[in-house]
Amino acid sequence: MNFETTIGLEVHVELKTNSKMYSPSPVAYGAESNINTNVIDFGFPGTLPTVNKNAYRLGIMVGLALNANIENHTHFDRKNYFYPDNPKAYQITQQDKPLGHDGYIEIEVDGQKKKIGIEELHVEEDAGKNTHGNNGYSYVDLNRQGTPLIEIVSKPDMHSPEEAYQYLENLRKIIQFTGASDVKMEEGSMRVDTNISIRPVGSDTYGTKVELKNLNSFNHVRLGLAYEEQRQAAILKSGGTIGQETRRFDEKTGETFLMRVKSGADDYRYFPEPDLPDYDIAPAWIEEIKASLPESAAKRRARYINELGIPEYDAGVLTDTKEMSDFFDEAVSYDANPKLVSNWLMGEVNGYLNEKKIGLLDTELTPEHLAKMINLISNGTISSKIAKKVFKETITNGTEPEKWVKDKGLVQESDPAVLKPMILEILDNNQQSIDDFKNGKDRAVGFLVGQIMKQTHGQANPKVVNKILMEELKSR
Amino acid sequence: MDYMKETIDSLHKKLSDKELTAEELTKQTLTEINAKEDKLNTFITVNDKAVDDAKKIDADGIKGPLSGIPIAIKDNIVTNGIKTTAASKILYNFMPVYNATVMDKLDKAGAIDIGKTNLDEFAMGSSTETSHFGTSVNPWDFSRVPGGSSGGSAAAVASGQVVAALGTDTGGSIRQPAAFNGIFGIKPTYGRVSRWGVIAFASSLDQVGVMTKRVEDSASVLSVIAGHDDHDATSSEKEVPDYRANLNKDMTGVKIAVPKEFWQEGTHQDVLDNINKALESYKKMGATVEEVSLPTLKHAVEVYYVLASSEASSNLQRYDGVRYGYRAKDVKNINDLFVNSRSEGFGSEVKRRIMLGTFALSAGAYDAYFKKAAEVRTIFIKEMTNVLKDYDLIMGPSTTTPAFKIGEKVDDPLAMYMNDILTIPANLAGLPAASVPAGLAEGLPVGLQIIGKPFAEQSVLNAAFALQEENKFYEQIPTALKGED
Repeated sequence: MNFETTIGLEVHVELKTNSKMYSPSPVAYGAESNINTNVIDFGFPGTLPTVNKNAYRLGIMVGLALNANIENHTHFDRKNYFYPDNPKAYQITQQDKPLGHDGYIEIEVDGQKKKIGIEELHVEEDAGKNTHGNNGYSYVDLNRQGTPLIEIVSKPDMHSPEEAYQYLENLRKIIQFTGASDVKMEEGSMRVDTNISIRPVGSDTYGTKVELKNLNSFNHVRLGLAYEEQRQAAILKSGGTIGQETRRFDEKTGETFLMRVKSGADDYRYFPEPDLPDYDIAPAWIEEIKASLPESAAKRRARYINELGIPEYDAGVLTDTKEMSDFFDEAVSYDANPKLVSNWLMGEVNGYLNEKKIGLLDTELTPEHLAKMINLISNGTISSKIAKKVFKETITNGTEPEKWVKDKGLVQESDPAVLKPMILEILDNNQQSIDDFKNGKDRAVGFLVGQIMKQTHGQANPKVVNKILMEELKSR
Repeated sequence: MDYMKETIDSLHKKLSDKELTAEELTKQTLTEINAKEDKLNTFITVNDKAVDDAKKIDADGIKGPLSGIPIAIKDNIVTNGIKTTAASKILYNFMPVYNATVMDKLDKAGAIDIGKTNLDEFAMGSSTETSHFGTSVNPWDFSRVPGGSSGGSAAAVASGQVVAALGTDTGGSIRQPAAFNGIFGIKPTYGRVSRWGVIAFASSLDQVGVMTKRVEDSASVLSVIAGHDDHDATSSEKEVPDYRANLNKDMTGVKIAVPKEFWQEGTHQDVLDNINKALESYKKMGATVEEVSLPTLKHAVEVYYVLASSEASSNLQRYDGVRYGYRAKDVKNINDLFVNSRSEGFGSEVKRRIMLGTFALSAGAYDAYFKKAAEVRTIFIKEMTNVLKDYDLIMGPSTTTPAFKIGEKVDDPLAMYMNDILTIPANLAGLPAASVPAGLAEGLPVGLQIIGKPFAEQSVLNAAFALQEENKFYEQIPTALKGED
């Protein structure tokens, strides 16, 4: 029996706002417990929510970037459930009339392009966090309570773990380039819930859905789904049935384990939020947001290839993250040669980041400094060899390259009047090398250049040195 | 000083003329409260900082009309640093860290928060009998209820403990006790007064209002507490008129609609007689009175109890013992904490409505109950709106009977709920509505209900003022109090 896999993903993304979805408390990471809170976040009696317009704006941006239809009439609903990190005992979300619906994104798997549908997307608020002490107490931190989220519900259009992986990669990239979210799985600003079922090929009803949790990276999603495909197929082949359950992915073993069996659907008693009037979105506002949408990754990639002459592969790497792409664009804006900027970013810079295991924005390097350094190479002020020193200084200490090169006396020596006497002297002292050259041993040239470089501490312009040297060698 | 005779205007004059200081007035008010409290049980908390607040007002000088005037606050309105209980065990010790917007506005106007008045638990009830802190009684007859849920506020005003009190009205909680106590009470248009800091019962129906013996005093207070508030997304941005300055009793050409369905079967004959008499007075003043029909009124009670209870079931979920209020002892796990705190902390009427609302919102019942009720509400709003296209005001009795006996209906929820049938329409439609004394039935006060167009509080106040000036009911002293003297 052959099986067909059906995967649907629910992705929660934190919107990058200064304040919370329904309260003016600040949104920030790593603060002391319960500091970024007010009476609304604590669900004190008599408090009321108000809508963060900027969060809604960012939500619309995401919706537009995902090709969704943005609704003109939306409203909020309450989702009721008790939990200590849920202070009102309801979450204000959108159930009935969400912000957007019927979007899609394109993915490419094995050279095949495919559209994955987006059922709907809506804004809502995050819950706080519970931690369990080893003294028998549990603790509630409401700093995260009320953080604006957008939930993106895919259609069950994915049929392999790889498709799910590509969907997530693309989704992350698209949202990141709108600037609406950091979309970082490791920081929790992007979270993924997956549903997977399998059915015999040709069957017209879906199999029983299993929900997978504890998927902390896209790769875990892929591995967990792959394990689940196999597990479910094995059960069906042996005549068993799939239970409607939630399973936990174990990253050590790569297996999934039963967390809880779902007995019927949870009843959240959704109803329209009476504290917030219907939220009408004027078509003009949607148009305005559409016009202000930042350039997408796909558009940037095309621009790099077509306008800046960057090779396709390199353009792909540069547009993998918004950080890198923004850095590239800014560096190029300082009149640095795009190809050189690209080479440096993909070579030295990425090498440095990989070695230190840090992100681009964690270094002291600025696009302006990188551009200046590249221009110092291009106009012959420094040699590529010196450039490596300059690069190290700039990326570690944030030093301004032009000034540093000048102060340290690292400017490349290109003046023949200075270089020629040195070259003549070295030739005079190395008759053997001249003889070798005459006997056709090219290695001798390298040795001589090396001697000159040594004497000039690497500052001699290799082109000028070569030219004078060859003239002299030929004339001797 | 005698609150039976004074008005906000007369007190303001005495304060401005330095015949009386705010401190003296506040101390006298506290004396009045203490003298009658054993009998009436109208206050849950008396503000022990009131005299200090009054001294500050004296030091700063008397300014606006409410400056230095003590006002009682229903205890479901949040007061910074003054215990706020909603008359529930679950909030028996709750000390707010912020002020309701209406409190900020009263503070700014120089009014003195004299204390927090009794109510039905979470404003759910029509008699104050569901209060965790005991029943308040009616100053006209100590064996009778003061009505509810703003029964403490109403009895405090009627008995002369205070000149004015804030109440809240979700299904009649200002108008019914106002009627039962022979005072004036107004529930403004939904959105006219901010709900920020008002402990939610049913968010789409709740509204803060004013209770006073005299219409002009309510006009003064309403002008202060009304207005847009950024904290409340449902509050209106419409400008607030000076209701007091614009108050007049000219009824010439005012078109009054009287829905025949307001003449409920079982309505007390004396109530009907008093209402008819009031309507005759309006005709004499130059108004026209015509009968209209609100056919959907017969479903109003069902619609109200489904919607209000549904919202309440969600609004009251936050009382879980985790962050504030009552917490059950000796719990073993989080589920016990939730269940025991709520089981021990809520009274039976509140539990009944939480059960009702939870059921109405549950997956199997939502369409037949919540959704259906919301649809009928929409139809009912249209009916009311249509009537108000042709008429300026809708009038009828505020209640079907005068104040009932303590204990008479407390075990019969349906009879208690039906008691709200005449006041519920204005809440469902969000319209401004008031109750103004219209006479006595067997020695107990009867209220005329006046409902206006959206944001036409002025028309409602003016009509009430016209009747007040005609019958001068405010001159009457509640009978049971007379016996006390």
